Amino acid sequence: MSLALPTLPDGRVLDVVRAPSQVLSVSGLPVDPADPAVVQLCADLVATMRISPGCVGLAAPQVGVSAQVFCVDVSAHPKTRTTHGLIALVNAEVVEASRNEKAREGCMSVPDLTGDVKRPTKITVAGLLPLSGERVLITTDAFEARALQHEIDHCAGMLFLDRVVGAHAVFPRKVYLKLPESGGDVR
Amino acid sequence: MTSLAITVVGHDRPGIIAQAAEVLSQCGMNLEDSSMTLLRGHFAMTLICAGEADAEQVDAALQPLVNGSLDVTVREVPEEPDLPPLGSTYLVTVHGADRLGIVARLASVIAQAGGNITDLTTRLSGALYVLLAEVDLPRSADVAALQARLAEVSAELGVDTSMRLIENDEL
Repeated sequence: MSLALPTLPDGRVLDVVRAPSQVLSVSGLPVDPADPAVVQLCADLVATMRISPGCVGLAAPQVGVSAQVFCVDVSAHPKTRTTHGLIALVNAEVVEASRNEKAREGCMSVPDLTGDVKRPTKITVAGLLPLSGERVLITTDAFEARALQHEIDHCAGMLFLDRVVGAHAVFPRKVYLKLPESGGDVR
Repeated sequence: MTSLAITVVGHDRPGIIAQAAEVLSQCGMNLEDSSMTLLRGHFAMTLICAGEADAEQVDAALQPLVNGSLDVTVREVPEEPDLPPLGSTYLVTVHGADRLGIVARLASVIAQAGGNITDLTTRLSGALYVLLAEVDLPRSADVAALQARLAEVSAELGVDTSMRLIENDEL
């Protein structure tokens, strides 16, 4: 099941911001999905995600823009059950969530650490498609649910570090996917 | 029966834990609670063991372990009651740019609120400093006031702090 995502312009590959950077800690503002700058930002996020080994999602604050915009694509990941292919959403929020499970997450903006995070595994997300502004509901599970929540957290100024489960739940990363300086979110 | 607190800190190499555990076993000391980890590449072991040997005997038996690169301390400790917390346990998460005094300032705020830190880890990863603390708060503690004070001090320090109740899933 894919999302009827409008065709985006060509995206530029942007530099990914790392913690501790202020832009990762502030809540992004809602934005106009039809604004050409927002549409271009979506395309840029997708382009940056695509060239980053293992990356399955990227949010606007991670490229230095404080806005509620992100992209996700978990279709090639082995932990995926349901997938909607490439997702790009504006002003998204989780509207339903259940069945918490713990799993280890990583993040391009925290490249040297991973952490155990408990999150709902069945969720419904509401958000606006770029360009058309159409409001869509995405009901999903497992890895796609985790990736969506990780990116929605970024848009709210939160990192996985804010949600780890205990004092011993953060770990130095032991496996890098090809390029340590450009890993991916939620591996 | 004696309880001993033992620390072993120094240059890491394969076999430290095997050797230390073997010595304790030979001395008839039962290894109870322990933490054995690497801290910025240094091997760091802290443990409580109990048995019939005294601190002097165990210290002597551990000396071959030292090998010029490890510091070993052994001392007798009284039995401590290992009680569950009376209130609730919270996880305080802090991350931000490294600077002097983050742990001191925030731990002081927690102590002033009557909070007892039972487990704390910190990690410096490049420019990013991460602190995770499990805090027992008595039932009488004002959680909202503590959260507000932590937010205030965190803003002064330029770090992000969150404090959440630790959920225990009873199965």
